[in-house]
Amino acid sequence: MAGQVFAYIVHKEGVADDTAFEMVAAAKRIDPDAAITAIVAGTGIDLNVVCNEIASSYQEVWKIDNEALSYPDAEVIRTLLVRILPEGGLIIIPHDTFGMDLAPGLSIKLDAAYLPDAVDIDGVDDNRLKAVRQEYSGQVSTHVVCDISGGAVITVQPGAFKAEKTKWPGGQVVDKTAQALEVGFPATGRRFIEVIEAEVGDVDITKSEILVSVGRGIEDEDNLEIVYDLARAMGGDVACSRPVVDAKWLEKSRQVGTSGKTVKPKVYMALGISGSFQHQGGIKGAPFMVAINKNPKAPIFQAADVGVVADILDFVPELTNKINGSRSRLET
Amino acid sequence: MEILVCIKTAPDTSENEININRDGTDIERDDLVYSVNEWDNYAVEEAIRIRDRVGGSVTVVTVGDEEAEEVVRREMAMGADKGVLLSDEVFNSSDGRGIASIIKAEIQKGKYDLILTGAQADDGAGQVGGMLAAMLNRPYASLVTCLEVIDDKKIKVGREIEGGNLEMIEINLPCVLSIQTGINEPRYVGIRGIRRTASVEIPVYGAEDLGLSSESVGESGSKVKRLDYFVPDPGEGAEMLEGSADEIIEKLIELLKAREGIK
Ligand SMILES: Cc1cc2nc3c(=O)[nH]c(=O)nc-3n(C[C@H](O)[C@H](O)[C@H](O)COP(=O)(O)OP(=O)(O)OC[C@H]3O[C@@H](n4cnc5c(N)ncnc54)[C@H](O)[C@@H]3O)c2cc1C
Repeated sequence: MAGQVFAYIVHKEGVADDTAFEMVAAAKRIDPDAAITAIVAGTGIDLNVVCNEIASSYQEVWKIDNEALSYPDAEVIRTLLVRILPEGGLIIIPHDTFGMDLAPGLSIKLDAAYLPDAVDIDGVDDNRLKAVRQEYSGQVSTHVVCDISGGAVITVQPGAFKAEKTKWPGGQVVDKTAQALEVGFPATGRRFIEVIEAEVGDVDITKSEILVSVGRGIEDEDNLEIVYDLARAMGGDVACSRPVVDAKWLEKSRQVGTSGKTVKPKVYMALGISGSFQHQGGIKGAPFMVAINKNPKAPIFQAADVGVVADILDFVPELTNKINGSRSRLET
Repeated sequence: MEILVCIKTAPDTSENEININRDGTDIERDDLVYSVNEWDNYAVEEAIRIRDRVGGSVTVVTVGDEEAEEVVRREMAMGADKGVLLSDEVFNSSDGRGIASIIKAEIQKGKYDLILTGAQADDGAGQVGGMLAAMLNRPYASLVTCLEVIDDKKIKVGREIEGGNLEMIEINLPCVLSIQTGINEPRYVGIRGIRRTASVEIPVYGAEDLGLSSESVGESGSKVKRLDYFVPDPGEGAEMLEGSADEIIEKLIELLKAREGIK
């Protein structure tokens, strides 16, 4: 049996993030009978809309409403959570850029265990929560046990748990604003200024039907030529994983993933990409995915439809030649 | 500005395939190439650039065994002024909180304006920076991809959030930041540079030097423990194309055409 289970809801413009429903599934993996309480901070109509939306998936929804919460600051939210969470509680948070800002410090302030980036949960036995995590960019998995006798902060990998939208009769919305702000709005050493939107590039890969995407396996900037050649032969556009952008070999606007673009092509070629969850998080619409990687155990092969174990530096030019060859035969 | 950067030794995953040993207790370590964790290298580069702009010094600190000295020397060759190794048998199997407590003890011996960590390391947890900040009661910002020093009281940073958007914030010093890849282009460290730092004395501190009880760190102080390593069931997985290169390519072209993957 676990203590009370909470979930921190990330939302934007009046819509709850997908993880809001994935955390319901995660909570049930902790304890199928657990009463799950959602915590939502924000302000105004947007906040109310989100609370109502998720009230059918959670038994109870705690809302914290204040104008200064219109943009969520993890430092502020951390203090508010410490004020309202009961001792020994478990709180689930998405392992996204907000969760990464909030969760580690929260575990210290609550004096609770911290279990980061869980991809599966195997229940609780005698205050020991068993879970699955990934290491080395998803190349291997581990079972971990976490002592939850003093509570726990658990972040869950977005997309790892299958969203559950089963309806509860009458999930209640409880206003916790007064309790959270009783001693005043938290003072922090950090001030939000603005969000600067990512730059738009020359090609909008979010509209492409065919993407030839390249990862660190390309090894050198000069080798990108073979990727452009293949994209041209296929009639597609070139995209990439994060390290290719970090190395400044391609523009940021071509990066696929959680901190890049979300793409929905019909066909996605993953060349020398290992398949981290942050990369796969940017691929939607279940495209036909072909992975070419020299490591037969690369996690990308679990997500792809078709796989080839090969060195892209040899394989890609040959593939391009054959495509061009078969086309010129057709045309003559 | 006095800057401390927390660094970790990690296998270079772009160079290595990670395999699990026979009984699943660890990964196969014999043939691994180790280096400094990718994210930490960006953090050290950023620290050096800040120092070169506004003055001060850069110290790198790591928790590890004797071999961890290698990454300290590497980052000193890059330009860090000082290096410290925190090493003790009782530190083994510490969880994130344990590592943060060990580093915290070292931090409290000095006076740092800015503490940097990598956004995450090989275990993908991304926890030490945020924990340190909370333990020290200092403001924290994670996933920083740009940084500007305003004065000796505050800096302006950009956190890279979903979609590659930048969340700009002002943060008071002293503070803790976790650094995301891409913030800069880390300089190359040549063999000559490494040779230069090869004979530098690196101070090593253990639990006693740091005033840490052995119960608060290591296995006994850990609330989170790793039980084993395993490779998940690949599930459906991809249809793997096999045969000669020509056969594979022919089949692949056929499949792509069927899916309108070749226009
Ligand atoms: C907060 C956060 C956000 C992130 N956002 C993103 C994001 O938006 N997008 C993103 O992509 N990543 C993102 N990342 C980084 C992510 O975690 C991985 O580090 C990254 O996706 C790895 O890119 P990769 O697969 O190209 O490189 P690696 O993981 O290094 O993989 C390279 C692959 O190439 C293979 N290979 C090497 N040489 C060859 C060859 N000659 N032929 C064939 N195969 C070869 C290797 O076997 C390996 O599988 C993010 C990380 C964090 C912490």
